[in-house]
Amino acid sequence: MSKKYLGYFTNGLIKENPVLRLVLGTCPTLAVTTAAINGVGMGISATVVLVCSNLVISLLRNIIPDKVRIPAFITVIAGFVSVVQMLVKAFLPAIDKSLGIFLPLIVVNCIILARAEMFASKNSPLPSVLDGLGMGIGFTAVLTLMGAIRELIGAGTLFNFPITQEFISPMVIFLLPPGGFFVFGMLVATSNAIAKKNGKKTVETLGCANCPSRNACSGCEEKEAGINE
Amino acid sequence: MNNTTIASILLAGILTNNMVLSKFLGICPFLGVSKKTDTAFSMSIAVTLVMVVATAVTWPIYNYILAPDYTYLETIVFILVIAAIVQLIEIVLKKYIKPIYNALGIYLPLITTNCAVLGITMLNISENLNFIQSVFNALSAGLGFMLAMLLFSGVRQRMESADIPEFMKGLPITLVAAAIVSLSFLGFAGIGG
Repeated sequence: MSKKYLGYFTNGLIKENPVLRLVLGTCPTLAVTTAAINGVGMGISATVVLVCSNLVISLLRNIIPDKVRIPAFITVIAGFVSVVQMLVKAFLPAIDKSLGIFLPLIVVNCIILARAEMFASKNSPLPSVLDGLGMGIGFTAVLTLMGAIRELIGAGTLFNFPITQEFISPMVIFLLPPGGFFVFGMLVATSNAIAKKNGKKTVETLGCANCPSRNACSGCEEKEAGINE
Repeated sequence: MNNTTIASILLAGILTNNMVLSKFLGICPFLGVSKKTDTAFSMSIAVTLVMVVATAVTWPIYNYILAPDYTYLETIVFILVIAAIVQLIEIVLKKYIKPIYNALGIYLPLITTNCAVLGITMLNISENLNFIQSVFNALSAGLGFMLAMLLFSGVRQRMESADIPEFMKGLPITLVAAAIVSLSFLGFAGIGG
């Protein structure tokens, strides 16, 4: 029994890592990872929202009518995002400044809505919390890794400590938008290569299959399929 | 920021501060719906339409109802208002302008949870723009989105016939191509001050 619960938790870490395997939440992944500490801040904020919203949505899963579930989920998520936003603003103003608009934009982070739709609305509270925690930590880990890579190459520091600054001149391009796209592309390529070696499916397209609006967007799947041919 | 002219807002939104390529808003449609030029075009029209209408509605709500005491409700009110607007636009188009509904209909539900729309309405507030400036800012962001989508769909069509290394196929090469497109937009930095 406890093994099953552990499975809910570890699922999000590697096997279904939200960023590299499900390819959700790409906007904050690209935008805030100019420094490792931003990745940690963004990751933890999203994890808190994810765990809380998964818990509440799981508790309300039999009460929310099916037809209005997406607006109901968004309202729950928006409530928790506002709480986190106010807490970060009050206690960590530096993080608030560097995350900027992406802190309130956790509301529309696909990871959170996707987990609400795919997991919390179908499972009891404990698995939902564990799932949220695992997904959140998986998100935080990738964001921190990507932030660390960009910070190390782009500024020569790691968590603001100088590392290679002295002997390699920093390549500022890695802190700029192109560097974000490039490093993320390389990370996905690496994760695909590892997945392939282990006989797992590689990620070809964006996470349309995991998109919360999939049901609403009738054309998404067929369009993807049609274009792939 | 309050003396900004309309021309410089348009220039910044389309070129220098392009929403997708330099602010990282709306990455999902940028990577997901850019395989064909015509779908990319329809999607950008839908996004532009929703952004302009959403800005025209959320700006008065924020400045006349929420400010100054209830600004902490910004996030929750904006997302609900946007969700309602998207539904309304869908209903109106379905009833009165059927051809446009047929072309854009499937993209509209996606836009509710699109960070570009919520992002631009919030940026307009945080940058202290007035009503006219906000609407033009939304319009320019939408046009910038369209430019990025169209350029990128062209790049992706060229990649279809390219010989791509096995491990880069699919999403990785798309992201690296996006990096190069975004690099070219860095060249606009400084235009319009």
